Amino acid sequence: MVTAGVTPMVRAERVHKRFGRVEALRGVDLTVQPGEVTVIIGPSGSGKSTFLRCINHLEQISAGRLWVDGELVGYRQDGDIIHELREREVARRRAAIGMVFQRFNLFPHMTALENVSEAPVRVKRLREATADATARRLLEGVGLADKLDCYPAELSGGQQQRVAIARALAMEPKLMLFDEPTSALDPELVGEVLAVMRSLAADGMTMVLVTHEMGFAREVGHHLVFMDGGAVVEEGEPRSMFANPREPRTQAFLSKIL
Amino acid sequence: MPARAADDPDAIRAIPVRHWGRWVSGAAVLVIVAWVAWSAGRSGFIDGRTVRHYQFSPLILRGLRATVELAVAAQAAGVVLGVVFAVMRLSKNVVASWVASFYIWFFRGTPVLVQLFFWYNGVPSVWKRITIPVPFTHLALYSGRTVDFMTPFMAAFLGLALNEGAYMAEIVRAGIISVDEGQVEAAQALGMTPMLTMRRIVLPQAMRVIVPPTGNEFISMLKTTSLASTVVYGELLRRASDVYSSNLKPVPLLVVASLWYLVLTTVASIGQYFLERRFARGRVGDRQDDVGSPWERVRRAVGARPRW
Repeated sequence: MVTAGVTPMVRAERVHKRFGRVEALRGVDLTVQPGEVTVIIGPSGSGKSTFLRCINHLEQISAGRLWVDGELVGYRQDGDIIHELREREVARRRAAIGMVFQRFNLFPHMTALENVSEAPVRVKRLREATADATARRLLEGVGLADKLDCYPAELSGGQQQRVAIARALAMEPKLMLFDEPTSALDPELVGEVLAVMRSLAADGMTMVLVTHEMGFAREVGHHLVFMDGGAVVEEGEPRSMFANPREPRTQAFLSKIL
Repeated sequence: MPARAADDPDAIRAIPVRHWGRWVSGAAVLVIVAWVAWSAGRSGFIDGRTVRHYQFSPLILRGLRATVELAVAAQAAGVVLGVVFAVMRLSKNVVASWVASFYIWFFRGTPVLVQLFFWYNGVPSVWKRITIPVPFTHLALYSGRTVDFMTPFMAAFLGLALNEGAYMAEIVRAGIISVDEGQVEAAQALGMTPMLTMRRIVLPQAMRVIVPPTGNEFISMLKTTSLASTVVYGELLRRASDVYSSNLKPVPLLVVASLWYLVLTTVASIGQYFLERRFARGRVGDRQDDVGSPWERVRRAVGARPRW
């Protein structure tokens, strides 16, 4: 997938993140190419969700460098001088990155349609009619054409997560982050969400995904990353890595869950 | 589904437990209430004719209107102050948060009656003139004698609004922190600024927690306006006491005023019910449809037959 001369979508160099005395990330190095599906796996507490949240600056990194599409996350570089970004500029950069959460985090006081059209209207300042039409199309795309006027509490977990994906896509992101999108779902609802993500990957969306769905990682992933102890232990092509993990820690982890 | 009735288990037909204790205590309470009412009526304690005469008299109605105006104005200002000070208190700006804490501490910690006297008597005695200047010039937007500015309404309004703002700030703050952190993250991930997130995502959800105690505050405010009678604001109690200081019939006039307060608080609680319903949008579990409107509940209670 690596093409010479193309700016990586995400580039991390020795990224550290400390929460007080706890060091959640201890030097993460990772590159995500445009159009690639990167799947991050690892035991709980390995820092995979923290790293994902650093990519759109929900967490500020403590040390190292992190770029999205060639721009420093949370900072602006002027030659050798680095300026912290204002909230407004951070928000503008986040608008180009979609994020899907484990707990869906739909806005409970808005219908499915309003959830999807809210940010395009308020952040991108699109006309309401335009945003509405796009929201309808996106919700139809995730199979919820008949749920437009439902409030989140009236939807199943799988339906809520599909609305959440449509909501992120409505901002036309160049990168989609998924933080354990199926972990809070009943087992029979996992498939419908994975199906939406699969078709998104087929459309060439750049995706970074933290998950425990190994089947999905194997089938859809282009790039598998195993994290443990706040760092990348091993990475590679999913099929070969599942078949022949090199590192003992990877072997131990995979033997437990496969 | 009649087809399935055959499979349904037999309903239990049992003789219900008889609660003799409830009947005895209920009867005792009725006897006491009847006795109090009878003795009050016999003593001429409540002079029905005087009550009827003044209940809709122009003077009392003017007082009623003044009460409503003051309560609505002070509560509205209190809500605005409450939102502003709650956001300041939660702000990362240390100065803003400290100023808000001080405001809440001061105005919640002193009696509202003292605050009314302060605005009405204290301020004009110390500052003889009030001038609102255009900054850095000698021009004035407003200039006048303090006693002209600090009318009874103004003093009552300032006292009640500032006091209410302190209570509302705590109510709004509780509402804001009740909103799930994930909501803020989702809004931020969509590129919303903190301001927009507060306005579109956090506050609308906080309203569900804010509205019920605010309704209580307003009901309380309707009655607290009676304190404004001490700064000669012509509200309901002041008008009633003006009348009984000349006709020497305090009880009927206090009854007149009380009946109007009851009407006002009743109307306010009905309004509160509909507001709460409005802000329960999207909350299936919390929707009040299962409980029914107050009217439905009354009908159900009246319609329910005592079982024995």
